Amino acid sequence: MTQSLKPPKQSAKQYPKPPEGTWTEHYPELDTAPVSYESSISPEFYELEREAIFKRAWLNVGRVEQLRRKGGFFTRELAVAKTSLIIVRGMDDQIRAFHNVCRHRGNKLVWTDHPAEEISGTCRQFACKYHGWTYDLDGRCSFILQEGEFFGIDKADYGLVPVHCDVWQGFIFVNLAEEPSQTLTEFLGPMITAIDYPFEKLTQRYYYRGDIRSNWKVFLDAFQEFYHPPILHGHQNPVMRQADYKQQGFYTSHFQADGPHRVGSTSGGAGGLLVPEFYNPIERVMRSGLFGPWEPSEIVTDELPPGLNPGNKKHWGLDSFQIFPNFAIVFWETGWYLTYHYWPVAHNRLLFEANAYFTPPRNARERLAQQLGIATIKEYALEDCGTLEATQMGLESRAVSAFPLGDQEFMCRHLNKVVNSWVDDYKRKQTEG
Amino acid sequence: MAGALLPPEFSDLEPFVEDWCLDSEPERYAKRLASTMDEIQTFYDAIMPRAEEAIQYLEKLPLSDLPEDALRLLKLLYSLILMSFPVEIWKQPYIPDTGTAQFELKIEPVP
Repeated sequence: MTQSLKPPKQSAKQYPKPPEGTWTEHYPELDTAPVSYESSISPEFYELEREAIFKRAWLNVGRVEQLRRKGGFFTRELAVAKTSLIIVRGMDDQIRAFHNVCRHRGNKLVWTDHPAEEISGTCRQFACKYHGWTYDLDGRCSFILQEGEFFGIDKADYGLVPVHCDVWQGFIFVNLAEEPSQTLTEFLGPMITAIDYPFEKLTQRYYYRGDIRSNWKVFLDAFQEFYHPPILHGHQNPVMRQADYKQQGFYTSHFQADGPHRVGSTSGGAGGLLVPEFYNPIERVMRSGLFGPWEPSEIVTDELPPGLNPGNKKHWGLDSFQIFPNFAIVFWETGWYLTYHYWPVAHNRLLFEANAYFTPPRNARERLAQQLGIATIKEYALEDCGTLEATQMGLESRAVSAFPLGDQEFMCRHLNKVVNSWVDDYKRKQTEG
Repeated sequence: MAGALLPPEFSDLEPFVEDWCLDSEPERYAKRLASTMDEIQTFYDAIMPRAEEAIQYLEKLPLSDLPEDALRLLKLLYSLILMSFPVEIWKQPYIPDTGTAQFELKIEPVP
């Protein structure tokens, strides 16, 4: 393999846009006016979002590989819905979700040591720590201590409170609405459900989490535009360090929206083919870096999996699919993927989760290439974390009330629009009664 | 086994084992923040020139069943990866402008 390529020059000409002239104007529901971020600093708006979005949209809470065996379970603390959920694989192999609350006196049912911390494990039934009421894995109440002391009680009336739960491509989704207005498939829509990726083969998981002091959308916005990397992250990467990238910026090769969801695609890392000066020394040794391991994993073939590279662009490097409201899947050219979850905790605080998934390494060289990839994610993510806490402060000053978004920030504008329209829709339905 | 902390070919790196063979990312990151640039540079300068040789040694062994000495060598390379950023990029242990932000690896494969 010869290392001879130069990084692609950045210019608008190389990245053609739709006939309307811009990505933004390609979508008539979007305007081009400066945008308010009041929705990211208002505690009142956050309360509306909790009801209008997080108790109505389908939310990804994990993957089926976390529940390999019958009786496998994990809990999720959803501060945004002020609830805790149990996700469990039953003896019938069905995956179900329940509110993590004992029907007797409201005690949290499944937890260990610290009631606010998530746990996982395998069990045959759930027994409450308080008075011993017991539930089968399908939620049915199976035991009430001193049942005869209660007044006309029937265990059949005291099962765990179920939550709508469905699985797409191994991703487990829940919906907290009493009756979701759409099935999961309808909600995900054609652009997302077109994806058919061998997720089940990428079982090597690295899981990061961080407690960040910014609004979930302010944070998410940094992960759905490629306008900032040459500046905010430019020190870290010899390609972005070039004067060319600092002065010309970076162009996303394709944007697309479908319903509340969106995708951005960019060119790639050239898999180690650039001249050596464009890599940090550790990258040359480990043959890995920002775009992950240079060597393609065993899932990579001549044809991309269905649904990827939806713009059918040359020099495809990654797709960043943003699944409304708070879930992202990023597919990389060398055959691995990354998920992000942005869980609101308050109007100015979020739990940020990043999971990187690879095929199991066949030897130490492959393992080390993964390790440099995930270490690089942290170096970049921490720069984002620090900056976005600063952005939250700037927004909260209310010194500025409207912010111009460029065409490279198409996805930020789209999210802002979708959030506002879900909240407006909820308010309208409330007043209509 | 006394004295054989690392495979014989790498015995000259044994002085680094006690401080730099760490089991998890949070421990390695804490070590990075708690170290001076001199300490990090010394470690980097010792391991980096041997990294390719160490990878070639390790990749011939079954990853899921590494002998103790090889496992220590692998952990030195994990530390090398995390210490490369202060040396090659930041010229300080801490990432500039990251405030009090924390972002920790909670689940990592073993080894």
